Amino acid sequence: MKNAPFLKAISLTLAIAFAFAALLPAAPTTAQDNPLTAGVSDKFAGTELRLIFANHPWNNTIQRLIPAFEQASGMSLRIESYFEDQLSQKLQVGLTSGTSTADAFMFRPLQEGRLFAKNGWLFDVKEFAAADADWNWNDFQEAARGTVTFEDMIFGVPIVTERQVLYYRKDLFAAKGLSAPTTLEELEAAAAALNDPANGIAGIVMRGQRAAAVTQFSSFLYSFGGDWVKDGVSALDSPEARAAYEYYGRLLREYGPQGTTNMSWPQAVAILQQGKAAMWIDADSLFLNATDPTRSSVAAEIGFAPFPAGPAGSQPYNITSWALGINELSENHEAAWEFVKWATSAPVVAELQKSGNPGPRISVWESADGLAGFPEEYAEVAKLQSTRGVGYDRPRVIGVGRARDIVGAPIVTAIEGGNLEAALKEAHDQFNAFLKEDN
Amino acid sequence: MNFLNRHIRATFVAPALVFVIAMMIVPIIYTTYLSFHAWNGSARRAPEYLGLDNYTRLLTRDPRFGDAVARTFIFTGIAVGAELTLGLGIALLINGKFMGHNIVKTLILLPMVATPVAIGMAWLLLYEPNIGALNALLRGLGLPPQDFLGSASLALFWLAVVDIWQWTPLMALILLAGLTALPEEPYEAARVDGASGWQRFMHLTLPLLFPTMIAAVLLRSIDALKTFDIIYTMTRGGPGFATETINTYGYIQSFEYFQLGQASSLLIVFFTLILAVSLFFVRIRRRWGAAL
Repeated sequence: MKNAPFLKAISLTLAIAFAFAALLPAAPTTAQDNPLTAGVSDKFAGTELRLIFANHPWNNTIQRLIPAFEQASGMSLRIESYFEDQLSQKLQVGLTSGTSTADAFMFRPLQEGRLFAKNGWLFDVKEFAAADADWNWNDFQEAARGTVTFEDMIFGVPIVTERQVLYYRKDLFAAKGLSAPTTLEELEAAAAALNDPANGIAGIVMRGQRAAAVTQFSSFLYSFGGDWVKDGVSALDSPEARAAYEYYGRLLREYGPQGTTNMSWPQAVAILQQGKAAMWIDADSLFLNATDPTRSSVAAEIGFAPFPAGPAGSQPYNITSWALGINELSENHEAAWEFVKWATSAPVVAELQKSGNPGPRISVWESADGLAGFPEEYAEVAKLQSTRGVGYDRPRVIGVGRARDIVGAPIVTAIEGGNLEAALKEAHDQFNAFLKEDN
Repeated sequence: MNFLNRHIRATFVAPALVFVIAMMIVPIIYTTYLSFHAWNGSARRAPEYLGLDNYTRLLTRDPRFGDAVARTFIFTGIAVGAELTLGLGIALLINGKFMGHNIVKTLILLPMVATPVAIGMAWLLLYEPNIGALNALLRGLGLPPQDFLGSASLALFWLAVVDIWQWTPLMALILLAGLTALPEEPYEAARVDGASGWQRFMHLTLPLLFPTMIAAVLLRSIDALKTFDIIYTMTRGGPGFATETINTYGYIQSFEYFQLGQASSLLIVFFTLILAVSLFFVRIRRRWGAAL
């Protein structure tokens, strides 16, 4: 065993040599050649960035790409991930107490954006966005840009977009000789025709929980010609709003499964997955829940259709569900921007979208690559819906949580078949009082 | 050292005192302070003084609060009432030695040690009206399926059932301890006088056990009034607001609406209510002259 140190040295040398050899083929693709990291500056080499992300498919994909960014920029990234409710609460508690050490984080611009911006927690990236012409802020969809703009400040950069879509069971529709509904009248007729409680199959399933239902109800409201707010006051007393609430409630009451008033999307999609509903209307970003055979017993039978047209046309929401924000309290604004800019650059967004994360860039939606990540049938619907729709799926206010509870309460009353007139009147008054305080 | 030795009493009490001040008194004072202000956590805007406005709003202009208070007491009444009755029954059944009594006593404790959120998730699956186990059972028996948590009028009751399932063992355990501690002599005397089993239960066991029952009900009531986990995981206070209790409303006010001042005033009122309930039970126990 006298030779042991010598053998060790030899094997170590060999190992190092092999390691280098393994690097050789990779060597020609330096940071600047890799199309994903072209343009990344190494100005901030050595900086450690702390990021807080949501447990979201976007996060899973970006983590795969991040080593290339670290290599090109010389920065190191430390990432923490949380479920979305915990993320929101962690950020709020950390930012309120001024103890948050995150440099940048994911947040939901429609849920927390205005509150965060108003409280001075988000760094205004307007100047950065204007300075980087190559990065091209104008390539972002107009609605997405509008979502992160508040009082002349750009408080984040959109990363994930979302639209409402109709999922339907092709086999059940074919058995009755029906085709996918294109209007809300046809939708109700189809729900009535396919509703078969004796065999445990509901015509349609959607969310019915007070606050959770608000976003999915919004497309119905807009397609009936209604809105949450008009001219700064509640528009819940309009006949259009009333018709929309009435319609949504009737659909679930007459043709929905039991107990919808306690359903958010996980409960609703479970009904679809078990083959107990003919249709489901919800966000397109959830499509894997319906089409993944490991989760859904009817994966092969799922078809997609655009949101049906109401009296005011088809007006589904088309929103930015997630954005990246820079912490105002961070000392690394510029380094954080370098990361945000890279994560939202056209090649990275294209890569993300190829992995099934619908993004905010017009150029990506228009390229063939941009649609490659979606099921074939859905790609067409998604492309059609990416260009239209309303840029918000809940009231655009600061206290979103409270507003959702107010405007969501009549949805529950409508589903229960209670006194909708009185519920809407009460919600209308409360919403007006809320709007006066919401500043 | 001399200083410590001279103040030996204060020295031994100090750690507990520091703990109580830091973890209980300070938060209560801060909550009281916030309850007179409007604040949403903003770094730019300091809390704005409102005087008693948060309180008058809560008590006179907020229908959700009054409803939540009523529901909190209804929930507690149903849950603790049923737990007391069932707990007493179980305690009488397993009092005394029989084959495997240790195993039985261990088994009935199981619901108590499970995590409330996990219990909420499990019961959510059982209660699921379309694909859940309970409705499958009802259908199998030829009974009409229920909406369970989707029913505005009954959801609170179904939540209480979960609480009953989880906490009856605790009630049984306390009452069992009380039963074992009862003196033998009065029973022997009663037997000699020819009292029936029912008479012995009504005129001996119940009165003798009463102080224990009050203690058990006090413990459970304070806990039940504060129930949060199962309600929040199972219904989030819905359908509509049909299962919203004071505690869930307070949580929503602070962590979903970020109205920290309004939430603080609510918590102060809630704190007072719980204090009142505790004092009420303490008085009853004192009147019955038993120390526990």
